[in-house]
Amino acid sequence: MTAPLLETRALCRSFGALTAARDIDFTLEAGARHALIGPNGAGKTTFVNLLTGVIPPSSGAILMKGRDITRMDQARRVKLGIARTFQINRLFRRLSVLENVYIAVAERVGAAPSMLRPAGARRDVVDEAMHVLETLKLTTDAGRRISELPYGRQRLVELAIALGLKPEILLLDEPAAGVPSAESHIILDAIDGLPRDIGILIIDHDMDLVFRFAQRITVLVSGAVFATGTPPEIGADPNVRAVYLGRAGHG
Amino acid sequence: MTPPAVDWIDHPAAVALAGRHRVRAWEVIPWLLALGFYFAFPKYLGFGTELLITILFALSLDLVLGYAGIVTLGQAAFFGAGAYTVGMLAKRGIWNEPITGLILAAAVAAAIGLGSGLVLLRTGGLTLLMLTLCTMALLEEAANLAHDYTGGFDGLDSLPIAPLLGRFEFNPLYPTTQYLYVLAVLFVCFVFVRTLVYSPFGQSLTGIRENTLRMHAVGAPVRWRLVLAYALSAAIAGVAGGIWAQANAYVNLGTLGLDRAATVLIILVLGGYGRLYGAFVGAVAYMALAHFLSKIYPTAWQLGLGLLLVVIALFARNGILGLTEAAARWRRAPRAIS
Amino acid sequence: MLLGGVAAGMVLFIVSVGLSVTMGLMGFVNLAHGGFAMLGGYAIALAMRQWGLGFVPALGFGFVVIAVLSAVLERLLYSRLYRATELDQVLFSIGLVFMMIASVTVLVGPENQPLALPSYLRGQINLGITQYRTYSVFLIVVGILIIIGLWLTFERTRAGAQIRAAVDNRRMAESLGINIGRLFTVTFAFGSGMAALGGGLGAEFLGLDPQYALKYLVYFLIVVAVGGLGRVTGVFYAALLIGVLDFALKKYVPSGGTAFIYALTILLLLWRPQGLFGTKST
Repeated sequence: MTAPLLETRALCRSFGALTAARDIDFTLEAGARHALIGPNGAGKTTFVNLLTGVIPPSSGAILMKGRDITRMDQARRVKLGIARTFQINRLFRRLSVLENVYIAVAERVGAAPSMLRPAGARRDVVDEAMHVLETLKLTTDAGRRISELPYGRQRLVELAIALGLKPEILLLDEPAAGVPSAESHIILDAIDGLPRDIGILIIDHDMDLVFRFAQRITVLVSGAVFATGTPPEIGADPNVRAVYLGRAGHG
Repeated sequence: MTPPAVDWIDHPAAVALAGRHRVRAWEVIPWLLALGFYFAFPKYLGFGTELLITILFALSLDLVLGYAGIVTLGQAAFFGAGAYTVGMLAKRGIWNEPITGLILAAAVAAAIGLGSGLVLLRTGGLTLLMLTLCTMALLEEAANLAHDYTGGFDGLDSLPIAPLLGRFEFNPLYPTTQYLYVLAVLFVCFVFVRTLVYSPFGQSLTGIRENTLRMHAVGAPVRWRLVLAYALSAAIAGVAGGIWAQANAYVNLGTLGLDRAATVLIILVLGGYGRLYGAFVGAVAYMALAHFLSKIYPTAWQLGLGLLLVVIALFARNGILGLTEAAARWRRAPRAIS
Repeated sequence: MLLGGVAAGMVLFIVSVGLSVTMGLMGFVNLAHGGFAMLGGYAIALAMRQWGLGFVPALGFGFVVIAVLSAVLERLLYSRLYRATELDQVLFSIGLVFMMIASVTVLVGPENQPLALPSYLRGQINLGITQYRTYSVFLIVVGILIIIGLWLTFERTRAGAQIRAAVDNRRMAESLGINIGRLFTVTFAFGSGMAALGGGLGAEFLGLDPQYALKYLVYFLIVVAVGGLGRVTGVFYAALLIGVLDFALKKYVPSGGTAFIYALTILLLLWRPQGLFGTKST
C-alpha cells in the first residue's frame, strides 16, 4: 500500500496555555476532495499553517508521500508541491493579474533569480501564467490591476496563484469568504473544475459548499478531531449536529 | 487537461508585460540634458559633478528602499566604505587607478553589505531601522578611531588619483574630466539597475515589497533575495562614494554620517521612490533649492525643508513623480478618481 | 563618579519612556520626540529666566505646555499617519523636528541656554562615606519616584491596564470598548510631557541648544529599542545601562566609548530583536 499523499500523526501545537492543535491524525489521498469544518476558533487555520510550515508543531509529525517534512520550511514545502490560498486575499494589489500569476510560475520554474533579461522575455513563464488564467476564465482581466477588480474576481486570482505553483496538494482556506453571494458561484465552479489528480483540502463554514464538494469531511473542535466520515455520515451524526451544525441555525 | 493550442503571446496583457522594459523616447532626455549641461555651463561643472554623484547614490537607495522595500537610515555606510577604500589606497600609494579603484570600492561596499545584510535582515521594522543606523554609526566611529589610516576627523585630502585611461587628468579647478567620467559611470550603473528592475528578480523584489507573506507562500527564498538586493545596492553606493573621493580628491567622516544618509533619503522621497527616475528628479530639485537657499538663509532652509517633509509624508508620499503620475491619471479620467 | 552615570541614565529614562510607550502603543516611529524634550527644556529655562518661576514650578509648567502642544499635534497631524508606512512616519517626524529646531533658532537663538539650578540643588551633599553632587542625587530620587509612579499607574489603575492591553493587542482592546483614539492622545501627551521634563532636568549636563533634538536622538532610540517597546521597566533598565556605560566609557576609555555602545546595541538587538524586555510578536 502506498503512503498517503499527505499525513499528520499526533500533530500538536500550543501557544503558551492555549492548545490550538491536539493530537491530530489526518490523511489526504491523491485526488481527494476533503473538507475541514468546525466552529470558530477550532484551530482550522492553525492546522493549515502547520501543514504549510508557517508555524512549527509543538510535537507530532507531518509526512508527504511517506517522507517526513515536519522540519521543512515553507519555501521547501511549496517546492515539494503544497500550495495554499489565504482566507483574506494576499495579492500584489498594484500589479496586474498576469503579473501576479507570473511571479508564482517564475518561482516554480526557477526563472525568478534571473537578473539580466527582462521578465517579459521568458515567454514560457508568460505562456504558462496565461494558461492558468484561462482555466479560471480570467484572461479578459489579465492586464488589469488587482485593485480594480471586484472582490470575487480577486479571490479567483488568489486561486490562480496557487494553481500556478502546479501543486499536488491544495489547501483552500475559506475560498468563498468575503465574496458577495451573487458572485460565489464563480468560486464554486472553479473549484469543481480543478484537476482531478490534486488532493484538495477545503476549510469552510458554508455547508452548501462543503456538502457539494467534499467526498470526506473532518470536524475539528477545540483543536482536536471530533469526527471524520463521508458527508452523509457527518450530516447524520447527532454529536456533530449538536456541536456545530445545530448551533446558530446556519444553513 | 491538455493545454489548448492557442498562443497567448498576442494577448494584450502578455504584450504589455513583454514590452515593459522597452526604452521609451523620453528616457533619452535626462542624458541629453546632462550632456547639454556640460557644454552650456562650463563654470558649474563642480556643482554638476556633485549632482550626478548624488543621483547615483540616490539610485542605490532606490534599489534597496523603493524596490526591495527595506527601510534603512544607514545607506551612507556603503558610500563611505567606497570613499575610504579609494582614499586610503590612493593616499598610501597602493592603488590610484580610477576605474579599477571603483571596482574595488564596489567590492568592499558589497562585502560589507552582504555581511551586514545576512545578519541584519533577520529583523524588520524599528529594529532593522535601528540596526542600520547603528551599523553606520559604528563604521563612522571606527573610521574616527583609526585616524592613522583614515585621517580621523580631518580625513584624507589631496588624494593622488591617476589620470583617467592614462590621459585625462583630474583637475580640481577645471572638473571637465570628472564630470564626463561621473556621467559615464552613472550611465553604466543606471543601465544595470534598470535591467535589474525589469528582470524576474526585480519582479520578485516588487512582490516581496508588496506582500511578503504571499512571496513566502509561493516558495520564494525571501531573505536571500533581500540580502542580495541589499548587497547590490551597497555596491552601487560604494561606487558613488568611491567616485566622490576621486572627483574631490578628498574623503572625510561626512561620507559616513547620518547627515548624508538622511539627505539622500529625503532626496529620493522628494523625487519619488520605486520609480527609477525619482533619484534624478529628487536630486535636481533638492540640490537646486539647497544651492540657492541654504547658504543665504540657513534657518529658513531648515524650516522649509521640515515643512516640505511633513507635507510629503501627509499628502504626497510618492514625491514629485507621484504627483505627476496622479495628474496624468486625473487628466485621462477626471471622473474616475477613487 | 558612577553616580553621575546613574543620574544621566535617569534623565535618559525620563525622556525615553514616553517614546517607548508611544512606539509600543501606537506603533509610530516618532523621531521628533527629542524635539519635545528640547522644547520642554526651553520652556522651562525661559519660564525661570523671563518670569522668575521657581525650578519645580517651571518643571510643571514645561510639562503642561508641551503636553498640550503635543496633544494638539497628535490630533491634527500624527493621527493621520497611524496607518501609514514606517517610512512616512520617519519622514514626517524628521520634518517636524527640523521645523522645531528652526523655529527655536529663529525665536530664541542658536546658543546654549543656561538653566540656573536653585541653590538648594547646587553643590554637594554628604551621604554616608563621601560627598556626592546634590543634583545627581536629586535626579536619581526623581527618577525612582517616576518609575514607581509609572509602575503603579500601569499595574494598578484602569487607565494603565487599558494602555497595557492596547500595547499587547490593539484590536482586542478596541473590541473590549476601549476608546483607542482618546487613549492615544492622552498617552502621547503624557509621554511628550515627560520628555519635556527630561529636557529640563537634563539641561544641567546635557546642555540645551536647538540641536539637542537630534544630537541625542540616537541615544533615545537605542534605549527604547534595547528596553523593548512599550515596556516601562525595560526602558528604565536600558536607560540606566546606557547611562552608566556611557559615563564609565567616557572616563576610562575616552576614545571608542561611543563605538562600544553602538556595537553593544547591535549585538543586543541581534540576539533579542524585541529588546531585552520586549515580547516576541508572532
